[in-house]
Amino acid sequence: MNLLWDWLSDPANWDGPYGIPVRVVEHLGYSAVTLVLAALIGIPLGLWIGHTGRGRVLVVNLVNGMRSVPTLGLLFVAVLVVGPLLGGDIAFLVPSIFVLVVLAVPPILAGAYAGVEGVDPGARDAARGMGMRPAEVLVRVEVPCAMPLIFSGLRSAALQVVATATLAASVSLGGLGRFLIDGQAYRDYGQMAGGALLVAALAMLVDLVFAGVQRLVVSPGLSPVRATRRDRRRQPTGVLDAAVAHQT
Amino acid sequence: MKWFLGHLPQIGSLLLNHAVLALIPLVVGLLLAIPLGWLARRYRLLYTPLIAGTGLLYTIPSLALFILMPLILGTGILDPLNVVVALTIYTVALLVRTVADGLGSVPDEVLQAATAMGIGRVRRFFGVELPLAVPVISAGLRVAAVSNVSIVSVAALLGIPQLGSLFTDGFARDFVDPIVVGIIACMVLAFALDLSILGASRALTPWLRTSRPAVGRAA
Repeated sequence: MNLLWDWLSDPANWDGPYGIPVRVVEHLGYSAVTLVLAALIGIPLGLWIGHTGRGRVLVVNLVNGMRSVPTLGLLFVAVLVVGPLLGGDIAFLVPSIFVLVVLAVPPILAGAYAGVEGVDPGARDAARGMGMRPAEVLVRVEVPCAMPLIFSGLRSAALQVVATATLAASVSLGGLGRFLIDGQAYRDYGQMAGGALLVAALAMLVDLVFAGVQRLVVSPGLSPVRATRRDRRRQPTGVLDAAVAHQT
Repeated sequence: MKWFLGHLPQIGSLLLNHAVLALIPLVVGLLLAIPLGWLARRYRLLYTPLIAGTGLLYTIPSLALFILMPLILGTGILDPLNVVVALTIYTVALLVRTVADGLGSVPDEVLQAATAMGIGRVRRFFGVELPLAVPVISAGLRVAAVSNVSIVSVAALLGIPQLGSLFTDGFARDFVDPIVVGIIACMVLAFALDLSILGASRALTPWLRTSRPAVGRAA
């Protein structure tokens, strides 16, 4: 315990190019890039699958299958195989971001898909009856109604990415994982535990921020609590639980 | 392939370690989650704090939790107990909500019928509510089992031997074969656990087999 507080309260650790603030920024940087890329892939694809009903089996299997792939192994393979092709600094960065994106897409995809699929058919019919074209139905009815689940997909992906970005340090990238890995290498438990505490705090903070934004984004007509509960009852073993249940 | 065949005994013992490290937390976690889930269901006031609290624990990244465990347990950093306890925490976090929702999915009429038949509270819980909640609980358990197998491998970064050790060894030697073997072994183990839970769940719920659609959903 003392080692931990000594490390955390040492001003030298909060300063300079390898200080805690720099590592936090690196960590959030990797996570943000990953999340944007994964959202660009997962949301349109999920909306399309939910809207057309095509490829449903693919989503469920993808989400379930990806969970069984050990992240650390995937990361190492990507770095060993892709790294030499790139060279330089990006030899580690590109494969790491790639693996993080691969992990983040399934929950986002599942959220967007489950959200659109779970839209009240009555609302969809009403929109059609009002003369909306399919694209309008999607943008003006399905997406707003699906917002709670789209966001819970994004939130669990964000959580997963922030957690997994820690592992990036094991392939010589930066981020808060550096303290965990370096502390281990130097047998400096204070540094390891301090880094671990910071990572845990960051993950919780990111999750809280997402929870807050979720409240702001979701239309007041769809209380997030009610919407998720309704969906869960209808589909107790469905994609939603799978989307939420991610951890590395 | 050649590497795989040459290292079978080593892979076997790592696989065994891995299975033990993933299974103990699953069983302990389930045993802890059932009473907690019952509490969350029984006392409305407890639902939100229990679910939110366990959800918060779930946000802690695994490597960080493994490292922080010695502070709480007083163990050494290399002690596999850290991994077991950390994974138990994740399992409980995941299952409390599942158990609470599973118990909530039992129809009120069934409970009333059981009470009307003179079945006491305790017997009603173990004889009626819990069996009817099995499909939902086992769905959560399958998620927990599969993610446990994946998370255990992270402990290799701390030097705790299991299939993840193949990743760190392979990476240190710039050699892909062991890593690929490790990934496949992890996935096979996860798949086997998943199937056994599914099988156990089916065996425990014979009444569901008469109505195919319901079984299909539980699957």
